[in-house]
Amino acid sequence: MSKALRAWLLLMLIAFTAVVSAQAIDPLPFRDHAEELRFQHLTSELRCLVCQDENLADSNADFARDLRHKVFELMQQGKSDAQIKQYLVDRYSDFVLYDPPLNIRTWLLWFGPLLILIAGGFTVGYTIRKRSRAGTPAAPTDNGDDW
Amino acid sequence: MSRLLPFFAFVLLAALLGFGIWWNSSHDPTAVPSPLINKPAPSFALPMLDQPTHSVSKESMLGKPYLVNVFASWCFACGEEHPVLMAESKSLGIPVIGYDYKDDPNDAKAWLAQHGNPYDTVITDESGHTAIDFGVYGAPETFLIDGKGVIRYKRIGPLTPDVITQQLKPAIAALEKEAP
Repeated sequence: MSKALRAWLLLMLIAFTAVVSAQAIDPLPFRDHAEELRFQHLTSELRCLVCQDENLADSNADFARDLRHKVFELMQQGKSDAQIKQYLVDRYSDFVLYDPPLNIRTWLLWFGPLLILIAGGFTVGYTIRKRSRAGTPAAPTDNGDDW
Repeated sequence: MSRLLPFFAFVLLAALLGFGIWWNSSHDPTAVPSPLINKPAPSFALPMLDQPTHSVSKESMLGKPYLVNVFASWCFACGEEHPVLMAESKSLGIPVIGYDYKDDPNDAKAWLAQHGNPYDTVITDESGHTAIDFGVYGAPETFLIDGKGVIRYKRIGPLTPDVITQQLKPAIAALEKEAP
């Protein structure tokens, strides 16, 4: 085999692999790269309901593929990202969003950690003040237990 | 008192763990509550399994309540649900529509021939496009739709005898009380 032929074959092989890996996930006829990026971004923010803990963009589930096609179809109709998300929320509830909206049902999720932090801060402050008022050392240096 | 504080913290955490275990054993963590309950069912028009030229639509079903049971021949849990439907579907007192979801009609026909057909009518949604409007994300799922075309109840996962007596039948009875 001549060197040129071998190089040519190698090149063909590399080109073919690139095509296959690009096609493997989901061949959708995007108009341009910007649209494809928008699609990737949008589907990465949506939950695949049947697999859970996986987003629409990454999932191989049949149902996830159906929803990806729906998202693509809505994009072709000129719907905005917010409209597409609302379309899915209307059918599958807020659970379909990976970024949960702030509302009555999710306020504990958003502010719970802050409340716990504040409660912890008060406890620490209270303990320190009590100890300093009582004049005891902040931590006992020797309580007789030798480990 | 302050010596007991770690103990109380431990009891609190243990209670939280217990609650979590109880919650997860009594609730299906994969069940997503449908936002469509008490909302009008999406409009649909789907071909009948045995007469593909005829279709059943939301409009054609208006007037009295009916049940839509999403199933598929490829769906494992539907096989578990099937004997329950065979035993109970006639006792519900309302039409039971089988919704063949993302399935080859021939597979569905063979499946119903083998296991029996508990449905009054079977409609097919091969592409699964209409199912997205219904918020279907798997099978089996069951919808109770009232005479005005409003979804009143939804079950995600197989119907069991307990679910039928404790949830579905009371829901149907409530609908019948409403009807003039």
